[in-house]
Amino acid sequence: MSSFKSKYQDELIANAAYIGTPGKGILAADESTGTIGKRLASINVENVETNRRALRELLFTTPGAFECLSGVILFEETLYQKTASGKPFVDLLKEGGVLPGIKVDKGTVELAGTNGETTTQGLDGLGQRCQKYYEAGARFAKWRAVLKIGPNEPSELAIHENAYGLARYAAICQENGLVPIVEPEILVDGPHDINKCAEVTERVLAACYKALSDHHVLLEGTLLKPNMVTPGSESPKVTPEVIAKYTVTALQRTVPAAVPAIVFLSGGQSEEEATLNLNAMNKFQGKKPWSLSFSFGRALQQSTLKAWSGKDENIKKAQDAFIVRCKANSHATLGTYKGDATLAEGASESLHVKDYKY
Amino acid sequence: MSAFVGKYADELIKNAKYTATPGKGIWAADESTGTIGKRLASINVENIEANRQALRQLLFTSPNALQYLSGVILFEETLYQKTSDGKPFVEVLEENNVIPGIKVDKGVVELAGTNGETTTQGFDSLGARCQQYYKAGARFAKWRAVLKIGPNEPSELSIQQNAQGLARYAIICQENGLVPIVEPEILTDGAHDIVKCAAVTETVLAAVYKALNEHHVLLEGTLLKPNMVTPGSDSPKVAPEVIAEYTVQALRRTVPAAVPGIVFLSGGQSEEEATLNLNAMNKLGVLKPWTLSFSFGRALQQSTLKTWGGKKENIGKAQESFLARCKANSEATLGKYVGGSGTGLASESLYVKDYKY
Repeated sequence: MSSFKSKYQDELIANAAYIGTPGKGILAADESTGTIGKRLASINVENVETNRRALRELLFTTPGAFECLSGVILFEETLYQKTASGKPFVDLLKEGGVLPGIKVDKGTVELAGTNGETTTQGLDGLGQRCQKYYEAGARFAKWRAVLKIGPNEPSELAIHENAYGLARYAAICQENGLVPIVEPEILVDGPHDINKCAEVTERVLAACYKALSDHHVLLEGTLLKPNMVTPGSESPKVTPEVIAKYTVTALQRTVPAAVPAIVFLSGGQSEEEATLNLNAMNKFQGKKPWSLSFSFGRALQQSTLKAWSGKDENIKKAQDAFIVRCKANSHATLGTYKGDATLAEGASESLHVKDYKY
Repeated sequence: MSAFVGKYADELIKNAKYTATPGKGIWAADESTGTIGKRLASINVENIEANRQALRQLLFTSPNALQYLSGVILFEETLYQKTSDGKPFVEVLEENNVIPGIKVDKGVVELAGTNGETTTQGFDSLGARCQQYYKAGARFAKWRAVLKIGPNEPSELSIQQNAQGLARYAIICQENGLVPIVEPEILTDGAHDIVKCAAVTETVLAAVYKALNEHHVLLEGTLLKPNMVTPGSDSPKVAPEVIAEYTVQALRRTVPAAVPGIVFLSGGQSEEEATLNLNAMNKLGVLKPWTLSFSFGRALQQSTLKTWGGKKENIGKAQESFLARCKANSEATLGKYVGGSGTGLASESLYVKDYKY
């Protein structure tokens, strides 16, 4: 085959397919220490290890949540953490039928000579790190590439650098038993309309799949984590049905059928928006040879965080908020969400932060 | 969208979709004058216009054959020919819901510095020519790019040249109302195994779809005409099920779902082989977001040609032979072919080393 034959081939294919199980999706709980600090600050909670651990334990022990999740992406610190009673988080996830994943990139750096465009770091020693993570129980990885829309953006340089960076990361993951989630996020920032977003998304995804082919990546053992196709943040909103049509069309034009699942990022969308859009996509009548699911961070946790506010006595309330979002998104992967999720405080709140940096 | 959406967009999408109708396929009758000359010579028939007209008339008027065809690719001369009763061939096709297509490339030329690799000509005035062909009734076009497998082939240059050439041809067609059939043929010649063919096919198709994206081609208004993935001509044969598995896997890894149909070329396969392989692909229980059909030349006409032998008294039998192959391939697009159709002629290999049209 054109793809490299890794000794993990069968496992990669099985794990990627499992993550795409209809009714399930991914919880992106891989906020770096700095980023989770901002979240905790927003609810007046100190950014110390015990609090970071407590938050994740709250999420992972929510009754019923695991039925809605096929994977959880972790930050390195969390991969090695345990519950208060001493059980490694990784074991908790595995017992619950949830695959542990690991964020492996080391953030973005600017590309000199561009207007603030970036490339992503993290390739140095990546192979050895992946091996370690595999030993620790991780079975998939995530690497976030970031592009933006502007008068001259994304530039050919930004597209090429990010696409080939993703492909190199993906090949290294597969050599070491981890299913790579390929994430080429095109930021929503800007006054552009949905047509512009569609055009850029198609161009970027085409470049990604050419790069993946060049790097001999086994597509059946990968996942895609793209942005949905939407108007820019400074443009009038459109309905979920319109977003669904533009998004699915863009994917039909670029993502080969060999990719088992597409797990959307939520960008700056509110929890409810993200769910409604995902639902519309699964209701959309058109060819969809991959399953369409979620890999949400903010859009799964926002109201949960607010309900918790760092207090033990709020844990149950917070878990109730979390399961509501999990179930809503599980339904959305089946196109059966009725929009009747009990909207906790903050569920409709936009989570857009201009020029968002993790 | 990233795609160019011109005034013909809806028509292109409709025509591409129709051409991909399950149960139907394309008959490639676009042999150039030189190539059809070789065919006629093989049955001792003189290569003059009247005989070329007679052959195509025989086939176009085969009773009940046209129902199995969604399109016919024509050579320029044929686009303007008529039946002996004076009816334009194009009208005969249209009346039978068969879309006329036109070959628009002007053959291959060698790429200097390579080991016999080629690129395809035909861009000069292509837009104007497409307009004329559209006026004459054509609604799809075909352009054949050729690659080969060797120790150092296909080279990066050859892949780039041919992929970009196909993309440029495709967008010019769409600007002028013709659905482009994108044909990146990888010749079977060689001693390589099926795994090698699969790797090359995947690499070439990935390059083709990247180029189509760069040129803003509307994929919903195109068709793909690839080789099947098979062992090389000097390698041991494998079962149709194996060919089906490798071929469909290669396509799933490279061809976006927006493409409505994939219409295979038959290469040097015998009529029966080509049909059995197509059938196996359609029986494969794997998700295929495009229809899988045929765009056969030799593999539809070979036994018909031999049966005709240039003689009027053989027309009826020749037409029956043609009908049999059309029907067999129609069944193959539905995974319903049970094999054994036609005479022994149907099993004759049509392989010609380093085939040039």
